[in-house]
Amino acid sequence: MSPSEPIVRQVRLRYFAVLRERAGISSEERETISTTVEELYDEIKEEKGLDLEKKFIRIACNGDFVDFNYSLSDGDEVVFIPPVAGG
Amino acid sequence: MSFDLTSGPIAVDIIRQGMMSQDCGGFVAFEGWVRDYNDGKAVLRLEYEAYAELAILEGHRIINEALEQFPVKDIRSVHRVGLLDLKEVAVWVGVTAIHREEAFDACRYVINEIKSRVPIWKKEFFADGTTDWTRCQNCSGDLGNK
Repeated sequence: MSPSEPIVRQVRLRYFAVLRERAGISSEERETISTTVEELYDEIKEEKGLDLEKKFIRIACNGDFVDFNYSLSDGDEVVFIPPVAGG
Repeated sequence: MSFDLTSGPIAVDIIRQGMMSQDCGGFVAFEGWVRDYNDGKAVLRLEYEAYAELAILEGHRIINEALEQFPVKDIRSVHRVGLLDLKEVAVWVGVTAIHREEAFDACRYVINEIKSRVPIWKKEFFADGTTDWTRCQNCSGDLGNK
């Protein structure tokens, strides 16, 4: 039996603040074989040369915070949240 | 209770007027202003950017937490987004209560949690022509955003 093909998911990414400037875009649709949001950040970080370590970010999916091990689904909207600085 | 974002000046007097209540003996407000220096550098103006949907969700959560923890009557808060000049009000938190101590405590809780949890970012424009996304107070990593 041949190994199964990785599942490709279509996700939407939105970028804010320092990550928006680094990525050079405010949003994108992309296909990914990442299974968790953490893997997706690793993928994006590598591709775009981002230098913000994971320990400094939080991740939101579909409008609310999620854990790094959150499993991606088709159609998810993911936001990587750099250190906040309101007030 | 309310938590809002606005791209225009915060209508402090109108919000305060709307919170006045004859069964409250005290009102405490915190205003965060745009200051003309940070880290020893002269600041000309600020820009706030928000992930609006989640900022509003998290802001409401914080206010609900404060309403559960402290015996206060009402809490309202507004945060600016967009470009701000020096001396403008960047964030406003108002609390009414029967007694003042609870109002002070709730107000301090709300502004502290807003600063550490709500997805809003501040970009400083310095007099020397550089800009910087302000680093998180709770992390020491170099974000490289010179």
